[in-house]
Amino acid sequence: MKRCVFIVAAAAPMHLASAAAGEWDIGAEVAGEVRYFPTSPLFPEQLERWQPSATFQPDIRWESDDRRHQFVLTPFARVDAQDEARTHVDLREAYYRYTADNGWSVLAGAAKVFWGRTESRHLVDIINQTDAAEDIDEEDKLGQPMINVTAPTSVGTFDVFLLSGFRTRTFPGEDGRLRFDPVVDTDAEIISRKGGRGAVDIAGRYSHYVGGWDFGLSIFHGTSREPRFALGPDSIRPVYDKITQGSLDLQYTKDAWLWKFEGLVREGQGDTFFAGVGGFEYTLYQLFGSNADLGLLVEYQYDGRDEGVVMESYGPALAAPVTAADNDVFAGARLGFNDAQDASALVGVSVDAEDQSMGMFIEASRRIGSNWTAELETRLFFNADPGNIASAFRRDDFLTLRLTRYY
Amino acid sequence: MLISSSFARAAFAASALFSIATAYAQNDPAARGTTESAQKGYDIAARSDRADAGYGDSRVEARMVLRNKAGQETAREFSFATLEKENETVGDKSLIVFQSPRDVEGTALLSHAKILEADDQWLYLPALKRGKRISSTNKSGAFVGSEFAFEDFTITELNKFTYDYVGEEKIDGAMTDVIDRFPRYERSGYSKQRAWIDQQDFYTRKLEFYDRKGDLLKTLTLGDYRNYDGAWRAQSLTMVNHQTGKETVLAYTEYRFKTGLGPNDFEQGVLTRLR
Repeated sequence: MKRCVFIVAAAAPMHLASAAAGEWDIGAEVAGEVRYFPTSPLFPEQLERWQPSATFQPDIRWESDDRRHQFVLTPFARVDAQDEARTHVDLREAYYRYTADNGWSVLAGAAKVFWGRTESRHLVDIINQTDAAEDIDEEDKLGQPMINVTAPTSVGTFDVFLLSGFRTRTFPGEDGRLRFDPVVDTDAEIISRKGGRGAVDIAGRYSHYVGGWDFGLSIFHGTSREPRFALGPDSIRPVYDKITQGSLDLQYTKDAWLWKFEGLVREGQGDTFFAGVGGFEYTLYQLFGSNADLGLLVEYQYDGRDEGVVMESYGPALAAPVTAADNDVFAGARLGFNDAQDASALVGVSVDAEDQSMGMFIEASRRIGSNWTAELETRLFFNADPGNIASAFRRDDFLTLRLTRYY
Repeated sequence: MLISSSFARAAFAASALFSIATAYAQNDPAARGTTESAQKGYDIAARSDRADAGYGDSRVEARMVLRNKAGQETAREFSFATLEKENETVGDKSLIVFQSPRDVEGTALLSHAKILEADDQWLYLPALKRGKRISSTNKSGAFVGSEFAFEDFTITELNKFTYDYVGEEKIDGAMTDVIDRFPRYERSGYSKQRAWIDQQDFYTRKLEFYDRKGDLLKTLTLGDYRNYDGAWRAQSLTMVNHQTGKETVLAYTEYRFKTGLGPNDFEQGVLTRLR
């Protein structure tokens, strides 16, 4: 089956004329990337300098002529030359969706769902597990098996989710950079909840907009996507607990200003805590009379989670998952050239208000021809306080060049 | 990656592509003016505008070719759906979904046009499954790197301008009324537009755009008009920028009207299931 998919995608028929009823759309992304670390590693097992890898993501879709029935299949694979744990496959999406005439829809299968408004941290986004072996920006997600009913009404959209087949977080392996010490051992993970991976999570969301306001209210009861860490004999063991959280996300849009906020209250990992992110995005259009736009972003991140250590049956463990975004200020600028190649560049800095640990990133991308894109990314860690979790990455400044071909 | 790219700006265009969103508007005395020439210009524009009322909803496939001075071409394809406003106190709703280039496939722009206030606009990025309300203030910015500005897509809104009658002229063998129009809305990149409106079928054959300094900036030629059950639609629109030498050709194919789209097809929730 897999081979068959590959052949179809490689033959690159973009929009297959439908022999049967309905419309097929088959495509694929193939990317090659290389990461370069200019500084020798902190831990002896870690890769030295170069980390080449490749990804393959076919995208197969079918929609019936009346648009009621949709099938989507999006597998993903990465092969990494240095880090075994980063070599992995996933079903990003594999679902069927039925949409009724009144707009109600039911989705069954593995899917990706995004909740949130802010840019520097996706705090309330909880449906999908983070594919943290991919990158440390928490924007790569694993497909989550679910049944999702969506009901658009005149007073907003209601979503109900039943989630099972819990996905545990991926982490870089022993050879990888951007990891903790000792290494996180995903073979030694603990799902403390009864039922383990088969337990059912329940989530609900209400979202709507009124005037310049867009908002979402969400609840989640189930297994935390964020693990806390327990100290094993020679590794870190991820621990997944049952949590309940409620969250609010909102944005107010006025002229060139976007004001954004996300906040949550979570129970189940140490003391019940509040976390929030808020800030603005302001865009200067047609910079200096050109077609380019410059967006300016500032956000403040607060997280009040429990920082204590508790004694569990399996040994000492942190009471709550660690986060770097506990009291940090983020500032960023995005330049969109608005040209035929969609060239853009983004720079961001976040600083811990307490210990002044600093992280910085630059991302630039453009299209080459009509089927290729080139991306350049760099991430730098400055002034890492030994008490800050980013301290483990202090020698992991890196530069990534990625070329992607779209079929 | 933070959301947005230059495609974010494309959302401004979602309120209406040429001559699509022209639902019928009431006379606005301030737009009609007081002089005889202003009122004659307004009345010609109003007749053109109203010739199109009652289209209901429409869907069309669009292909946009951007050509630079050296002749290099870049193409973008998108589907475009509109829902005519329910009444005169609100604007049309529209949805653009990009098919190519492939790296932006599935990027979608949803717009709820308003009459006096700023439009409501949302951008959807399929890679992140993320929808986001975006600002709608960038009227004179370029649409996805093309020679079309965002405001060029709402030019058929009658009361957004005041008018002046210029005269008559024959274009391609057809008699046209020539009128000047002056933007009433804020942040326009233009001091004036000159329109050539067909005397028989009331559609626009040509438009000239003058920049804020009053110099000729662009010419738009609208061709291959076809009649869809009373509604005229240009299939080919060519915008030439005289100051940069660049041009953009916008071709529409497969126009369909009254396809059964309703308000539910123009709400945010639809973005996540477009593809």
